[in-house]
Amino acid sequence: MSRKVLLIEDEPNIIEAIRFLLTRDGWQVDTHSDGADAVDVIRAAGPDLVILDLMLPGKSGMDILREVRDIPDLVKLPVLMLTARGQTRDRDMAEKAGVSRFMTKPFSNAEVLTAVRDLLAQASRL
Amino acid sequence: MEKMARDTLTGSRIRERRLIAGLRQAELARQVEISASYLNLIEHNRRRIGGKLLLDIAQVLGVEPSMLTQGAEAALIATLREAAADAGAVAAEIDRADEFAGRFPGWAEVLAGEHRRIASLERTVETLSDRLTHDPHLAASLHEVLSTAAAIRSTASILAETDELEQEWRDRFHKNLNEDSLRLAESSKALVAYLDETEQAEDRRGAPQEEVEAFVAGRGHHFDALEEGSAAPDNLVQAAPELTSRAARLIGRDVLTRYAEDAQKMPLAAFRDALARFGPDPIALAERFGVNLSAVFRRLAAMPHEVLPSEVGLVVCDASGSIIYRKQIEGFAMPRFGASCPLWPIFAALSRPMVPLRRRVSQLGRSAMQFDCLAVAEPVSAPEFDSDPLFNSTMLILPVPTDDDSGGNVQPVGSSCRVCPRGNCRARREPSILSEGF
Repeated sequence: MSRKVLLIEDEPNIIEAIRFLLTRDGWQVDTHSDGADAVDVIRAAGPDLVILDLMLPGKSGMDILREVRDIPDLVKLPVLMLTARGQTRDRDMAEKAGVSRFMTKPFSNAEVLTAVRDLLAQASRL
Repeated sequence: MEKMARDTLTGSRIRERRLIAGLRQAELARQVEISASYLNLIEHNRRRIGGKLLLDIAQVLGVEPSMLTQGAEAALIATLREAAADAGAVAAEIDRADEFAGRFPGWAEVLAGEHRRIASLERTVETLSDRLTHDPHLAASLHEVLSTAAAIRSTASILAETDELEQEWRDRFHKNLNEDSLRLAESSKALVAYLDETEQAEDRRGAPQEEVEAFVAGRGHHFDALEEGSAAPDNLVQAAPELTSRAARLIGRDVLTRYAEDAQKMPLAAFRDALARFGPDPIALAERFGVNLSAVFRRLAAMPHEVLPSEVGLVVCDASGSIIYRKQIEGFAMPRFGASCPLWPIFAALSRPMVPLRRRVSQLGRSAMQFDCLAVAEPVSAPEFDSDPLFNSTMLILPVPTDDDSGGNVQPVGSSCRVCPRGNCRARREPSILSEGF
């Protein structure tokens, strides 16, 4: 059974491109675009990995990440954060909040694929 | 092999360019003094062409001869290779860029165009990244631009790199590219409009020093109440809506206190009379009022418009080289954030305390206006035993009239390294984000 990636991003054409890439690479991809109920969606979907945009409507990716890390079952869930804000401060905040990988826009498809493969491989070894 | 294939298409390119120019075959043949039938053979690649005839045809068609012999492919292929190189880990078939451009010239142009656009946006982002910290509106605008650029980059890569892409996906990605290109154009325009607006806006300042600069600039760098002694610096600071932060109010109070001291030592009426007598000669003015040169520079910069023949600029830095005060003057760019050009005379003055310097300078990449910069570093603390004096350096910037060529050597200076295009500069700290000729 293919492993599941949940993509939380509000940019429709980024969703389309990443979904295409990951589906071709053998992953099952679910998507969601609203930050407000993102934590509930993560809980319900039970993904193997979450790709999370930093700036989302309803709630920021940073707040979502913090809430996710407060849930015991989701402490080790791999989270790849995408952001247009590549400042050191944002990266530091994300690392403190427990991000697994931080990637700035515009990213390359190969970077995304590599990150997803690496993170899932690391998670499998845990 | 590829070169040969390109060369043999010179005739086709001549035909294409002739049709674009709206010229009949006979007309072009007449202008280059050959027969129409011979041109017809050339255009169908059945006669080789070069030398003077090629140059004549290119001239009539208004194109570079290389456009006819190599077409647009050379530049296009170079850009495609750059795009592949920038993609880093992506294993694009660089060796097949010619084939891609040849088989899908339209899509190759789209990809190259988006690559150029992304490169340009990345440069813009780099220039503005410091402002993100201070400006949430700007952060939101740039997020929009970068998200769109990310979508374009990702989609274009899929189109360029995926073998056997199904028609349905291909159509969908083409549609997305089109949508995103339009969006990028719109959001870029909105961003530029926003930046233009913020250049003049009074309500979006970030650092405390910028609040003070806006406060002082908003009053023409001149305060009647301090000239007349009818208000104290504290009163003016408290009444200033621009000074929103505590730090800005403290800095503002220091600036106005120094202004009041200068005004007391060099009262406006007396200073105006002295100017009429000596002209804007800082040495004579300093002697007349028994003050140091820095005070005269500040006083000159505080004069109302009608007193001096032209606007003057002023920059003050502390001993670390940090700019602590500036009065902008048109044609002499001062960086909004970060370090300035180390070639400014204000910094040379720091290395020669108490020695007044005069340098005629011109900034590259600007309007090429010339300025006489007068600079001096003087102590700002009272002398003490066992304590090094603190120095500030002050620079007065006087525009040189266009008909004045008395200044001898004109020293080229910049604004800051990041936005200075000057090559081989001995003072460069970091690469410029501007390419040659940008």
